[in-house]
Amino acid sequence: MELLSPVPPGWGYTLLVGLLHSLEIAIGATCLGLLIGVAGAFGKLYGGPVTRDLLAVYTTVVRAVPELVLILLLYYAGTDLINQVLAAMGYSRVDISGLAAGIFVLGFVQGAYSTEVIRGAILAIPQGQIEAARAYGMPPGLMLRRITLPAMLPFAIPGLANLWLIATKDTALLAVVGFFELTLATRQAAGVTKAYLIFYLAAGVLYLAVTLFSNLIIGRVEAWSRRGMPSVKEAR
Amino acid sequence: MSVADAAPVQSGKAQSAAAEAIHVENLHKKFGQLHVLKGVSLSARDGEVVAIIGGSGSGKSTLLRCINCLENPTSGIIRVNGEEIKLKADSHGHTVPADRRQIERIRSRLGMVFQNFNLWSHMTLIENVIEVPVHVLGVKRDEAIAQAEKLLARVGLAEKRDVYPAFLSGGQQQRAAIARALAINPRVMLFDEPTSALDPELVGEVLKVIGDLAREGRTMVLVTHEMKFAREVATHVVYLYNGLVEEEGPPEQLFGAPKSERLKQFLRNVG
Repeated sequence: MELLSPVPPGWGYTLLVGLLHSLEIAIGATCLGLLIGVAGAFGKLYGGPVTRDLLAVYTTVVRAVPELVLILLLYYAGTDLINQVLAAMGYSRVDISGLAAGIFVLGFVQGAYSTEVIRGAILAIPQGQIEAARAYGMPPGLMLRRITLPAMLPFAIPGLANLWLIATKDTALLAVVGFFELTLATRQAAGVTKAYLIFYLAAGVLYLAVTLFSNLIIGRVEAWSRRGMPSVKEAR
Repeated sequence: MSVADAAPVQSGKAQSAAAEAIHVENLHKKFGQLHVLKGVSLSARDGEVVAIIGGSGSGKSTLLRCINCLENPTSGIIRVNGEEIKLKADSHGHTVPADRRQIERIRSRLGMVFQNFNLWSHMTLIENVIEVPVHVLGVKRDEAIAQAEKLLARVGLAEKRDVYPAFLSGGQQQRAAIARALAINPRVMLFDEPTSALDPELVGEVLKVIGDLAREGRTMVLVTHEMKFAREVATHVVYLYNGLVEEEGPPEQLFGAPKSERLKQFLRNVG
């Protein structure tokens, strides 16, 4: 047990730093994914034919290719591409931080799934409510902020909650590109001490704790988003 | 207040003196191959209550929804308070409003009441009523709340101000929707079959609110199946048949002595 102690020679601190990095990536990627998702859903629903086709390619390709492949592709090819562009423009090469790259790569993947979740949620809004907003002269931005997003939220929360939980675990994939997150930290600790069982169990417990805490928050957000809806039990 | 008291509004002199709030001229609407409106004209002067009646599929709801471009007319002229709605053809050849800001400004002064209420379900009644004044018209929040409380009291829902629409009856929801329409201080109120989705025993409470508004001189265009009500509150009645105005005139003439055979038939069927 002293192996897990937060002060050296314990490795607890290392694991917690890994967890913190994992959460940073997961939160950043989910936020980026939500932005892409909202824009993507609106583009798919209301955009012109070119926008719709491009978005269809994006969601299809991203959801078809294994995330690990995408991460390797975007991480190595992406940083290479950026540096080539920079070089062509006469700038010197930059080192892309693992954090930024991780957020971008996972956010890009999350965006494709979010697009579909949010698109479905917008379709579930009773269209009369959107029509009422139009009938009262709401400009598009205001309608999005005041009517469409809050009205679609109860339909989107379960799907988005799934995506958040997947994001917390997908951060582990970034270990393959050498980003120091919980899984890589665990592997280091276990490798040095040879106490594989203890450290991988500890990592599992940390991931579980994140999930349990998330469920608590998500439950509250969902209850709040459904404030205008009668309880399902009453309808039985 | 009896119907007779409201009658002077429609006397010839008053009518010609009042400004035209809604003017629709030669309106056509096609949904693909389906020609729903085939050249309809309609006029509502300030203080007038125009009732549009007609059978299912006659185009009466479409006509109403064209006035604020919820449906884009295929061709024709629409003027609201003398201002013509600018229309243009989009890349698919559909007619759409040419100036988004103009149509938004015009819409924000037309109080629309829908068949299915269409209250925003994530907002309480008071939030529904202040939404457009605060966020579209720029009214200060506390002023809007004070005004909204008066309007909710007026439609008999003062104590429901913090309740979400889904927890109310259809009649209550529709009365709240009328308060929402009144909150923008509309130049014209547009009613799209406001009682058609209601249980029979809830129709009366909604008609009473609409009737009171009509009698205080609100300008209204009303699509309705309630013939008795149309006869009581309307100053002018338009009977649509198959996308055209078949007959129009004051209610006592249309309901009392209809000329058109189709209107006679229609009144027999609904009466």
